[in-house]
Amino acid sequence: MNAVEISNLTVKYPDVKALDDVSFVVKEGDFLGIIGPNGAGKSTLFDAMLGLNTAYSGTIKFFGQDIRQSKKYHKEIGYVPQKPEFEKNFPATVSDVVRMGLRTESDENKIDEILQQLWIHELRNRRIGELSGGQLQRVFIAKALVNNPKILILDEPVTGVDQQSIELFFSILRELNSKHGITIIWSSHDLDAVNRLANHVACLNRTLFFHGESEKFFSDDELVKQYSEASMQEHMHHH
Amino acid sequence: MSFEILTYGFMHRALIAGVAIAILCSVIGLFLVLRRYSLFGDALAHSSFGGIALGLFAGVYPLWTAYAVSILSALIITKIKDKYNISGDASIAVLLSAGIAAGLVIISFSGGFSIDIFSFLFGSILLVSVNDTVLILALTGAILIVILLLYRQILYSTFNEEQAKVSGIPVEKINYLIIFMAGLTVVTSIQLVGVLLISALFVIPNVTAIMYGRGFRQTAIISISFSVFSVLTGILISYIFDITPAGTIVLFSIGLLAATMGIRSLGLLSKK
Repeated sequence: MNAVEISNLTVKYPDVKALDDVSFVVKEGDFLGIIGPNGAGKSTLFDAMLGLNTAYSGTIKFFGQDIRQSKKYHKEIGYVPQKPEFEKNFPATVSDVVRMGLRTESDENKIDEILQQLWIHELRNRRIGELSGGQLQRVFIAKALVNNPKILILDEPVTGVDQQSIELFFSILRELNSKHGITIIWSSHDLDAVNRLANHVACLNRTLFFHGESEKFFSDDELVKQYSEASMQEHMHHH
Repeated sequence: MSFEILTYGFMHRALIAGVAIAILCSVIGLFLVLRRYSLFGDALAHSSFGGIALGLFAGVYPLWTAYAVSILSALIITKIKDKYNISGDASIAVLLSAGIAAGLVIISFSGGFSIDIFSFLFGSILLVSVNDTVLILALTGAILIVILLLYRQILYSTFNEEQAKVSGIPVEKINYLIIFMAGLTVVTSIQLVGVLLISALFVIPNVTAIMYGRGFRQTAIISISFSVFSVLTGILISYIFDITPAGTIVLFSIGLLAATMGIRSLGLLSKK
């Protein structure tokens, strides 16, 4: 079954088309890495998929249901933002934050279980403002997972996280996908990481210029070169 | 003599109403403080001053007109803020001055300041009637029930609006609900500390409680305890020494804040 089906998605801003006629399908159990330079439309794509921006043309379906017609899709999705923003001294502990993700009645066993799974159980009573980047990232993954979503969407979630935490994070993602069968959609700058983890790649630069198995992408030197040049140009442009 | 005051009917009403208002303000205030809306209570109180003046002028019970004006202006200012993209602090300044300005003009129409106006400006908890006490208890109960029922949604949208939206929480509706409840709370609390000191009840116990470094529920409990303590001691002490209850209550809560800061800077509030 298709977990996600995006057809002819176009998002226009006043002077540019942020996304132009993007179509792709994510099958249940896929691990999709979305790559593309800055300004390629990755965040725009996520905003539309998550229901944060409804000013788009085309259709977005989760498990066959158009998100414009059904609100049920929310419960199938866990979302980990790029940089979780919150008030620094917000009086919430790690378990408070994870509990927010829970839709049903407070289920402390479930919270404990997920905290253990992500190696943050000993932090459960710590205030979130005191945590390191890597710890915080795992707390937000726990919040996204506590509701047993079928799809996990992560927006470049390794910025400002140390190398050891990144490795732990990668092994957690791999386990979630292979052992628990969670479909993962992950946007990243890091080509090597995508090569290591994802089994599918979508290469975005306002239009979709590649979508398929990651082996195909990474064995095609011409494609990788094209991508690297595009992101290099973008990089130069920014400086 | 010190225990004798606890036998007076007006003192029972003042203490009961005071405790209810203390609990209500600290709970609503915690959400406002965390949303960076600390002065919103103040702005609503000032706008309800216009409502009070209108009531006194028209010969209607002033608190009813205050409720109407406070809730309406809260909703209107939120709408205007979103539509014209005015920042939170600027919109609060507009609301605050509009209320006072309207109040002053209406008061001058009705022949200048009267004793009633002063009791609303500075509070008059010792004069609270049986009917007022019942109304205060009913509103406190109703608002607390709504907050308990929608606890997760309110907390989540206070924590991070975008993520709450992604989980399917109707964030805009929750925001309006909080503003609406804040409007009700402000007018209800005017009788305790008056228009001028309302934001103290919203802000000070919560800022104090947040410093203890605990989770959300414990922070709320600490805030409620400090708030109730300040109100009870404030009312009793002010009666014994014949000083204003509103000022005394607020000074007690500032005392607790200062003490907490002291304890913290001595390193006695160790993190867990």
